[in-house]
Amino acid sequence: MPKIAIVVFPGSNCERDVQTVLRRIYKFQTELLWYTRSGLENYDAIIIPGGFSYGDRLRAGAIAAQSPIMKEIKRLAEENVPILGICNGFQILVEAGLLPGALTTNSSLRFVCKWTEVKVINNKTPFTGCYDKGDIFSIPIAHGEGRFIADINTLDMLKSEDRIVLVYSGDNPNGSIDGIAGICNEQRNVVGVMPHPERGSESILTPIGDNNSFGLFNSLKSYCRRNH
Amino acid sequence: MTSLTSEELKYLRVKLTREPNELELRVIEAEWSEHCSYKSSKKLIKQLPKQGKNVLIGPGSDAAAIDVGDGYALSVHIESHNHPSVVEPYGGAATGVGGVIRDIVSMGTRPIALLNALRFGNLDAKARDYSRTKWLFRNVVRGIADYGNCIGVPTVAGEVEFDASFDEYCLVDVASIGYGRSDHLIRNHASIGDYIILAGGATGSDGIGGAAFASKGMLEQNRSAVQVPDPFEEKLLIEAVMEAVERRYVKALKDLGGGGLSCCLSELSDTLGKGFDIELSKIHSKEKSLDPASLMVSESQERMLFVTDLEKLKGLREIFQKYGIGFSLIGRVMVHHDLLLRFRGKIVGKMPSTLVCNAPLSLRSSARPRHVDEIQQAAFSPRVPYNLKKTLLAMISNPSIANKSWVYEQYDHEVGTRTVLKPGSSDAAVIRLADNKFVSVKLDGNSKHCYLDPYFGTLGCLSESSRNVVCTGAEPIGIIDHLQFGNPENPYTFWSFEESVRAIIDFCKFMDIPVVGGKVSLYNETFRGPIKPTPVIGCIGTIRDSNWISQPALTPSSAIFIIGLTSDEMGGSEYYEDYHEVVAGIVPRLDLKVDKLNRETMLSLVRDNLITCVHDCSKGGMAIALSKMAMQGRTGFEVNLDLIPNKCSRIDNLLFSESQSRFLFATINPSNADNVLKSIPGLKYARIGESSSKSRHKRNKIVFTKSGSSVIECSIAELEEKYNSLTMEMS
Repeated sequence: MPKIAIVVFPGSNCERDVQTVLRRIYKFQTELLWYTRSGLENYDAIIIPGGFSYGDRLRAGAIAAQSPIMKEIKRLAEENVPILGICNGFQILVEAGLLPGALTTNSSLRFVCKWTEVKVINNKTPFTGCYDKGDIFSIPIAHGEGRFIADINTLDMLKSEDRIVLVYSGDNPNGSIDGIAGICNEQRNVVGVMPHPERGSESILTPIGDNNSFGLFNSLKSYCRRNH
Repeated sequence: MTSLTSEELKYLRVKLTREPNELELRVIEAEWSEHCSYKSSKKLIKQLPKQGKNVLIGPGSDAAAIDVGDGYALSVHIESHNHPSVVEPYGGAATGVGGVIRDIVSMGTRPIALLNALRFGNLDAKARDYSRTKWLFRNVVRGIADYGNCIGVPTVAGEVEFDASFDEYCLVDVASIGYGRSDHLIRNHASIGDYIILAGGATGSDGIGGAAFASKGMLEQNRSAVQVPDPFEEKLLIEAVMEAVERRYVKALKDLGGGGLSCCLSELSDTLGKGFDIELSKIHSKEKSLDPASLMVSESQERMLFVTDLEKLKGLREIFQKYGIGFSLIGRVMVHHDLLLRFRGKIVGKMPSTLVCNAPLSLRSSARPRHVDEIQQAAFSPRVPYNLKKTLLAMISNPSIANKSWVYEQYDHEVGTRTVLKPGSSDAAVIRLADNKFVSVKLDGNSKHCYLDPYFGTLGCLSESSRNVVCTGAEPIGIIDHLQFGNPENPYTFWSFEESVRAIIDFCKFMDIPVVGGKVSLYNETFRGPIKPTPVIGCIGTIRDSNWISQPALTPSSAIFIIGLTSDEMGGSEYYEDYHEVVAGIVPRLDLKVDKLNRETMLSLVRDNLITCVHDCSKGGMAIALSKMAMQGRTGFEVNLDLIPNKCSRIDNLLFSESQSRFLFATINPSNADNVLKSIPGLKYARIGESSSKSRHKRNKIVFTKSGSSVIECSIAELEEKYNSLTMEMS
């Protein structure tokens, strides 16, 4: 059974949601790792969940990105361990330099929580392998600083290296450049997404019928199986 | 200058058998304020029915606890933060959220949902205080959002009402639900020698005298009495308490709210029946220069008081250190019954705890105001609008009725992965507790009805919140109330308070639903006088089967039914008040028997899966309720007004009357539903129309007919445009 580490910073608040979904629905083994812990070697994947680490002080994710555990995560990223940052986790990965660009205040200047539709652009990451390119599925977002921005060179690089993973389909809820909702690193093992797959993984919590946001964790499961 | 009355001062001297010193006086002023002592309301509030088979811990603690089976309990509490929010809407509203969350946490339960009920002045561009109202509204919502989002507790439901009586004022009510193991509930206890620990935010000079400030009219705006929010600190505190509860490191726990340490220490000491010996200089503070009195009455936020024994102290310390939470060992539990206060070893105050936290009651006189009869009987008979479609569209853009997505999309309502029915799509929120167990909850108020008739207005709020919960498939198991009125020293105001309490007693006794929590907020006044009486009622219900969960979205090709009688009860309706700008008339009269019958009938239909959608009929009446169902299901309908059971003299009253105890539902099984309804003696109901078929052509139109011809015909797109007016206005 694949074993997933969920890293918890002071102020993280989606760690139990991710853990419950991974355990109950995908039958992963999971462990919540308080940020002062070390020894991340023995996990098949690492997830940095959403929340408000350090109360979003300075900038979302800025302080958590400087904590010692991130050094270890950077090393594991180089060793090709799948790493997913969700929402604040994405912000932390960007602040830590594991992913390019920046996530800044939504263009509406307001926090926004709603269901959106996203389209799969890259299905070659450990978290999107189950999808076909162009698949559209619904998934909720909840963030105040989720507008992805990047300079033109970075954006060109992301495009030419096929590193845009998800884009908002139709309505762009936060003003992200090119509607970007998720990106990955060059090796494609580090993925950051603003939407919350753990919130869209059970049909009872989904407002309109079934949806496919459970595909992100399903993809991880297949990936882990293949690489075991 | 003291805020105590001369009688209170005399009483204090007699009880102490001496003059109180300066510090003692400050402590007493805080604790004997209306806000903390309930000195005007206690006598009445005591009469509320609080017993119920599921009530584990009744009102009186920081929050109440209800048994929901399988060894788990719900905790629930409601609070307001009106005075601070008027002065500083962002911080006032945010700290209101923080306070109610700590009440839930202090029961040993994890907060799983937040709700709010907000009231602002007239949001009309022509209104005198338009820009101020908008500023208050914008910042109150942002304050609630920033705090709730940061601590990771979803804000799942709420209501917003606009009324000119709140011009230059606002009401900010916040409720929270907690969930946890019944055997982990903290039932405060202590032994002699136990340690008293203050943990959380450092104590500073912010919020000094907040409770006393909240017990006055708004004539002076006191910014320094408003507390400063730090949701990050609160989040750490929540996690630390949860860990401490799990390990059973806590014997007693209490939130520091209004009145600060004064209230917290005296109330806990009195509850435990044991004395406290406190060393104030040990308190971790923001400013070294704080004098003992300021330390006692500061309302700095995100603080909680723990009582534990030596054995558990070490573990508790480690938890605080893990989360980086400041804490200080400030005293011990003693064999005497006093609140003994020291500063650097020297005794600076010594009073019996029970004296401190039991202010002498203030007996208020009451008188039925003359205006009530005058405005109830005022002759008002507007012309029936020529173009009823225009009227409907005007009604649906009324900010009190319009779409509130601008509000609830700023709240993270999904965190926790429990939110089954989300804001904007249902009558009440439905939160998952376990695999096949859910709680449904909603807050409702109606200042317009309560102003014209506080008794029937309050009954209406009780009925509405229970109906909302029933619509989702839940059975009501508890009521919470938040009673907000003006200055209780005014006999007219106090009369409305009495009427409101009488309504709660009558309703809860008749329905056999206990009051599990409540709060009173008085002195809600502006220089123009008191606010309209505003009891806010919350109903809590449980659902034991996910198949019961129902929503209002109209389904295509279904038969539409109404349950309940529509009458000429237009007083306080949105139609009179907002459309005709008239405050007059008779408010809807609730018949408790009918209300119970209709509600139980509706619940059995929902639970027998005989319906495809259901919606409560309230603000704006039947026409608005049906329009909302149509918009949500993106499905039109044709309804024949001749078929609606009614005692209405005019068509506009029929469309917009807010008569109580009514439900609208649709079914694809009309004959089965009809058979059930037919068999219930005395039930008023009718099949009133059909929803459109799936075919595109007719689907997007709503039609009301009378005597064979159409009186309103309107596309769903037109409705939506007007329905979204509030969102457009605020974006």
